[in-house]
Amino acid sequence: MVTVEFLGPIQKESLKLEIANLSELAKILQNDEEMQPWLENSAVAVNDMLVSSRDIELKDGDRVALLPPVCGG
Amino acid sequence: MLYLYDGALNVPQILKDWYEQEANSNYGAYIPFVGTVRSEDGIEGLSFDIYEPILNSWFEAWQKRAKERGAVIKMAHSRGDVMLHESSYIAAVFSPKRRVALEFIDEFVEDFKASAPIWKYDLKGGKRIYALDRSTAIKGSGILR
Repeated sequence: MVTVEFLGPIQKESLKLEIANLSELAKILQNDEEMQPWLENSAVAVNDMLVSSRDIELKDGDRVALLPPVCGG
Repeated sequence: MLYLYDGALNVPQILKDWYEQEANSNYGAYIPFVGTVRSEDGIEGLSFDIYEPILNSWFEAWQKRAKERGAVIKMAHSRGDVMLHESSYIAAVFSPKRRVALEFIDEFVEDFKASAPIWKYDLKGGKRIYALDRSTAIKGSGILR
């Protein structure tokens, strides 16, 4: 089971999914209308490390986070 | 050295503490940047969410770069609400000579704005409104679209 968290302003409860990679997660979230704008501009972290490609295998216990545009300061 | 606080920062105290922490470290330059909430567009203040695990690793990577050049970075940021004319952000660089600190403070604050996992909201009419138009997508965003 992989936990998916939505950070900052994304108003969505975290999900627990049986997925093997980020492409499977992309398919699930693309079918969620409220997530469409966030998929365009959010970064992705796996186990708190930012990733730049969907070619990431996921294993049981992994944590994925979506990070929308930031503005500290 | 990363310090997170609930609400506004006590700027004089933090600047004094940092000064004293490094008073005998033989740094020739101490260059702080203080970010203060300005009155604009009718806001009452700003509010912040922080994702600490990634903020910590981002900061540690910068601290390593600073150390390689003999410098040290300190940063303080607010969580939650910060009202007009209060401060939410302080970054400072200490270095043996001024040039390294001046360059580092510029590069560090720019990357902070573009990469640090902190989300800003306007406080307006009792609502907390995500400041999307002033926010920057983190490098590599959009891989799930």
